[in-house]
Amino acid sequence: MLIKRAVEIRSSEVTPQWLYVNRRQFLTGALGVTAGALVGRALKDVVWPAQRVQAESTLKVAQKSPFSTNEQVTPFNDVTHYNNFYEFGVEKEAPAKNAQRLRTSPWKVKVGGLVEKTRTFSLEELQQLAPLEERIYRHRCVEAWSIVVPWIGYSFNTLLKEVMPKPEAKFVAFESYYDLGQMPLGRYAGIPLPYVEGLRLDEAMHPLALLCFGMYGQTLPNQDGAPVRMVLPWKYGFKSIKSLVKIELVKKEPPTTWNLANRDEYGFYSNVNPNVDHPRWTQAKERRLGDFFRRPTLMFNGYADQVASLYSGMDLRKYF
Amino acid sequence: MRKVLRSKWIKLPVFLLCLGPVSELAWRALHHDLTANPIEFITHLTGDWTLRFVVITLAVTPARKLLHWPELIRFRRMLGLFAFFYGLLHFSTWIGVDKFFAWTEMLHDVRKRPFITAGFTGFVLMIPLALTSTAGWIRRLGGKRWLALHRLVYVTAAAGVVHYYWLVKSDVRKPLFYGALVALLFALRVGFWLASRRSRPAGGAIPSGITTAETA
Repeated sequence: MLIKRAVEIRSSEVTPQWLYVNRRQFLTGALGVTAGALVGRALKDVVWPAQRVQAESTLKVAQKSPFSTNEQVTPFNDVTHYNNFYEFGVEKEAPAKNAQRLRTSPWKVKVGGLVEKTRTFSLEELQQLAPLEERIYRHRCVEAWSIVVPWIGYSFNTLLKEVMPKPEAKFVAFESYYDLGQMPLGRYAGIPLPYVEGLRLDEAMHPLALLCFGMYGQTLPNQDGAPVRMVLPWKYGFKSIKSLVKIELVKKEPPTTWNLANRDEYGFYSNVNPNVDHPRWTQAKERRLGDFFRRPTLMFNGYADQVASLYSGMDLRKYF
Repeated sequence: MRKVLRSKWIKLPVFLLCLGPVSELAWRALHHDLTANPIEFITHLTGDWTLRFVVITLAVTPARKLLHWPELIRFRRMLGLFAFFYGLLHFSTWIGVDKFFAWTEMLHDVRKRPFITAGFTGFVLMIPLALTSTAGWIRRLGGKRWLALHRLVYVTAAAGVVHYYWLVKSDVRKPLFYGALVALLFALRVGFWLASRRSRPAGGAIPSGITTAETA
């Protein structure tokens, strides 16, 4: 006859008497510790806010550039924790916090439109088109603050020559990456996305126009437009489109995001110009991050010698 | 709760709580944590709190009536003065730090930039309200006139919202939120006024705020 025996309970599974007797206090205590830990963590975030810059990989620079300014470079931490990237939130600190979820590898950039050789480049292929230079540029935001950044890249015209624009191509249209899954705050940006930008072909051919892969000796941090962006130092910052995925050569002036959002305030050209105010604030002065006083803004952000000829004969009040 | 609101010790903690935002500024300044653009950060923080205190002050009377907590009136002057305090900090940051006493530049801005005109108007209108906030001034002006003058706070609130709305580049959710709050509070006041008129058709309506206005 089979007699079933109760499953033996191992002594290790028996709740110790002291814990059983004090089980209520134990639960309260556990709750208290959890609550304490949560409050502590919240406090810690307030007292020591996390510096969220992921470890970047170094980017070898083959040469320095004669285009570099010798002005003092803005600290890396300021450049990475105070900027606009509306896909990741509209506050200045938001991109540093929220851009970390952007996946930048693998990355492809499609170059097409009115070109002889339509081609999709991988990031690695793009980086190898020309030796990388370090260029220390002034960067002036339309909101009247400015920074000096050691960017890494090469002149955008290298890429244009590679794909060979057709004679009827007159403008270049750019498009940023946009994915609500990785950029959930994009829906509150208040501007149409994906972000699009554009240049006249002769502006894009100008050697100052930089196709940029890095800064401060490293690959671009996500919040600054990783893994590849444009840098156009004589134009307001918003023209320098980030996280590029598409470049198209076109016949007509392409739409640009801030112009679509508010065409009275943001023109297609958006050259830095101290004499033409933004309708709501003056552009005559700017605050360099780290400075106490504002400094006068320079025509074409100080690059007039190089680029003014692109706009000779144009009424810059009309084509602002 | 009403007992707590009536106690004479309650004002001190409320006062300290109202100093929270300026303490945060001091704390961050000591720890070099005012972001990469400290002047902008200070301007925005003090501006935000000015608008918040204006809204909180406006909410006192509706809260008194809806919650049946008449004691809340004890805090209204303090809250209103804190709105003025943060407004003054905001305004001084602009004058003294941002523009560094460049008067012509500022005058130009007040005339030419609508968002600055609106903010300036809102602030200037708070000055007579702060000055006449004492018991002596309530007596000197008389309840009705004092109340009429202090209705200017609605203009300040509206100007503050417009100032904020015209300032932002694209995301108008926050200014719209404050705008909705001010509109709601204004609608409540109109509602109370209509209700009191209906319930007392013959005699003149007794001004609601002044009868219990803080004199302690």
